[in-house]
Amino acid sequence: MNARTTLLSLAAGAMLAWPVAAVAQDYPDRPVSVMVSYGAGGATDFQARVVTMVSGEEDYLGQSMVIVNKPGAGGRVGWNWFVRQAPADGYTLAVYNMPHFLAQAVEGGVQFDIDSFEPIANWGADPAVVIVGKDSPFNTIEEFVTYAKENPGKLTVSGAGLFVGHHIALLQMEQAADIDLAYIPSQGGGSAAMTAVIAGNVMAGINNLSDAYRGMKAGDIKVLAVADLERSAEFMPDVPTLMERGIDVDDTSVNFRGLMAPKGTPPEVIEVLAEKVPAMFNEPRVAEQLKAGGAEVRVMGRDEVREMWDASRGELEKVLEGL
Amino acid sequence: MEFIAYFGNVFEPTAFLLLLGGTIGGLILGATPGLSPTMAVALLIPFTFQMTAAHGLILLGAAYTSTVAGGAVSAVLLKIPGAPANVATSLDGYEMAKRGEGARALHLSFLSSGVGGVLGVLLLIFLTPLLSRWALAFGPSHLFWLAILGVTVIGSLDSRSFVKGLLSGCLGLWLAMIGYDDIQGAQRFIFTDSLAGGINFIAAMLGIFAVPQVLDMFAKGRSTAAVVSIKVSPQSVGDSMREIGRSGRALSIGTVIGVIVGLIPGVGGQIAGLVAYDQTRKMSPHRRKFGTGHSEGVIAAEAANNAMVGPSLVPLLTLSIPGSPTAAVLLGGLLIHGIFPGSDLFDNHPDVAWTFINSMLIGQIMMVIFGIMIASWAAKIARAPQPVMAAAVVILAIFGTYSVQQSMDDVLIMLVLGVGMYFFEKFGFSAAPLVLGLILGPIAEANFIQGAMIAEAGDGALPYFFGGVMNLFLIVLIVASVGYSFWSNVVHARDRTEAPRPDNPIEVTP
Repeated sequence: MNARTTLLSLAAGAMLAWPVAAVAQDYPDRPVSVMVSYGAGGATDFQARVVTMVSGEEDYLGQSMVIVNKPGAGGRVGWNWFVRQAPADGYTLAVYNMPHFLAQAVEGGVQFDIDSFEPIANWGADPAVVIVGKDSPFNTIEEFVTYAKENPGKLTVSGAGLFVGHHIALLQMEQAADIDLAYIPSQGGGSAAMTAVIAGNVMAGINNLSDAYRGMKAGDIKVLAVADLERSAEFMPDVPTLMERGIDVDDTSVNFRGLMAPKGTPPEVIEVLAEKVPAMFNEPRVAEQLKAGGAEVRVMGRDEVREMWDASRGELEKVLEGL
Repeated sequence: MEFIAYFGNVFEPTAFLLLLGGTIGGLILGATPGLSPTMAVALLIPFTFQMTAAHGLILLGAAYTSTVAGGAVSAVLLKIPGAPANVATSLDGYEMAKRGEGARALHLSFLSSGVGGVLGVLLLIFLTPLLSRWALAFGPSHLFWLAILGVTVIGSLDSRSFVKGLLSGCLGLWLAMIGYDDIQGAQRFIFTDSLAGGINFIAAMLGIFAVPQVLDMFAKGRSTAAVVSIKVSPQSVGDSMREIGRSGRALSIGTVIGVIVGLIPGVGGQIAGLVAYDQTRKMSPHRRKFGTGHSEGVIAAEAANNAMVGPSLVPLLTLSIPGSPTAAVLLGGLLIHGIFPGSDLFDNHPDVAWTFINSMLIGQIMMVIFGIMIASWAAKIARAPQPVMAAAVVILAIFGTYSVQQSMDDVLIMLVLGVGMYFFEKFGFSAAPLVLGLILGPIAEANFIQGAMIAEAGDGALPYFFGGVMNLFLIVLIVASVGYSFWSNVVHARDRTEAPRPDNPIEVTP
């Protein structure tokens, strides 16, 4: 029976977290667990389940990947656990959310930094977008900025929390356009922040492009701008980037998701992963299901991810300086 | 009436088999402590990748419906709520099971779940557009007052002492504060890394309910005199149905509260059962019998937590906003098939939408049938010898806690809270107010801070929190609720001094 098999595989996955000296030649000879530092049902959890679904096939790892959720404190609990307690044998991997974990490292108070992890591959990108309710007087990002200039600190903007992509995008906007916004972080993540915009509890919001796309199609919200280097040709080609409108905000706040391993994982194992995992993310069935959910697929290999991490960390230090 | 056209899809062989599988599997998963409905549905998501959208949703919908009801099994028989929604069920259900009426308690809980659940889904079918506006009507200030209204319930939830109930609730509110605060970025009461993520609600719930019970069993020792042999009385389904028929008050209060609470995004079913339980007691002529194994308590709690299932999907299906973690998982199940909830769902995929909703309707009925089938059999658990029972409860509590997020820290927190609760109970404090405090703390606090931030950017706190019809209405309800608790407490105290009651009030059948 389905339910029972799932339970068994869950239990098996949990047991396999035991530190057993990895024989790199045979890697992987048992299921690999993948830690998601957000709860079941969130966008990260859902996408992680989709991208790992074909891992058991012979073309890829030949072993299934089991998702383990360790939510708490905006991801800090999971990543702290990963750096402290996860065995570095390639059988315990984690999902990273950029810029969240790097912003937390820059801000301090966590036990990890950019060097604590080995990137493996990136599967997707979800830019932050500026949204307003369907009845809002703002129709363009210029009107939004003008209002903010005339009423400093009065324009309420919801977002998913502190030191997440939404918050970073807002800070970048404030600095680039020289405005002062009232950021209202929500506790229930992106969906609660979205509710606040649709219900009119706040005047505007910063949210994920994938969630805003659904709201825009349903006619509940208007999307004013995207905080990325290019427009999203696939989902909202008519929405300008902030840069196009003269607000100098780059792609630091884009929510990149991918897999990483703890520092100290044997290089042979990393090599296997760095080769097989991007191929798995490029599998057409995976891409199709991610796209269906409004998530942009952006596969990057190990070296490219490393570069992106380094560049982002520098930018984040600038943005968070003096906060 | 569009939905009737799609009933055929539910009875097509594959679909119906999935519905059966989802229902039976859901009952089992629901009865497993620690496996909440959210977790159960998330575990099933990968299986739906290969199915059609409608089939996948039938499986998920059936599992959601029956895990919520299945939680009653362990709540009644072991006093371990299978999920947060079943906390209130255990208050009277376990007392009934101790008297050997486990089968009756389970029959009543499944039947009332079914009644509440069917009404909830019917509301979803007929009133969705209207309800979606209601779901959006609650801003931070309203949710804050609503949570405070919940806090006023705390004092009266302890049937023995108003003051001890409040103290226990305050302890719960404090426990809820531990951890990292997402809104202000502050760390509070984190002495060790184990507490950085705060206290996981399911870990706390399992500890608070299961551990004191096990310690009690140990405390009795090996003395044969203390071993109670429970005669499990059989119960006919007909009798249970007639009893449900007579319990209109508890059923309707439970259903109405379940529907209203279920609609509000972010509040969810965790408090539906407890609030319904409390309100039913306040309006019942048999107020004193609550907490001693009174059937109305079980009926109200279970009607409420299943009535919430249908309405809790309203924000998801109309606005594409998941109002609860379980709805978020269901959203994932829709998205992999490229279906967007909202107008797209009903306009372009009416077959998927209505097949899903219909299957939840049929699923409720299936859940009642299978629930009753396992009830008489499961109730025999009460006959198990105490040492076996104690061992089983400990194993379930540890397994359940660990399975939530594969964390030994949670297991430690569970054991520490459980042992603490054992001594706390010895001084006459009870668990239910503490649990309610733990649930309401974050809701009240987060909404207060958000409200204050919005008010600061706007007209200031006074007009924001005290202006508007809805704020005032909620404030009036709070005053009334506090007044009532206070008044009944005074009357109660006078009663006791005038006519001392025996320690075990004799049961009088209505």
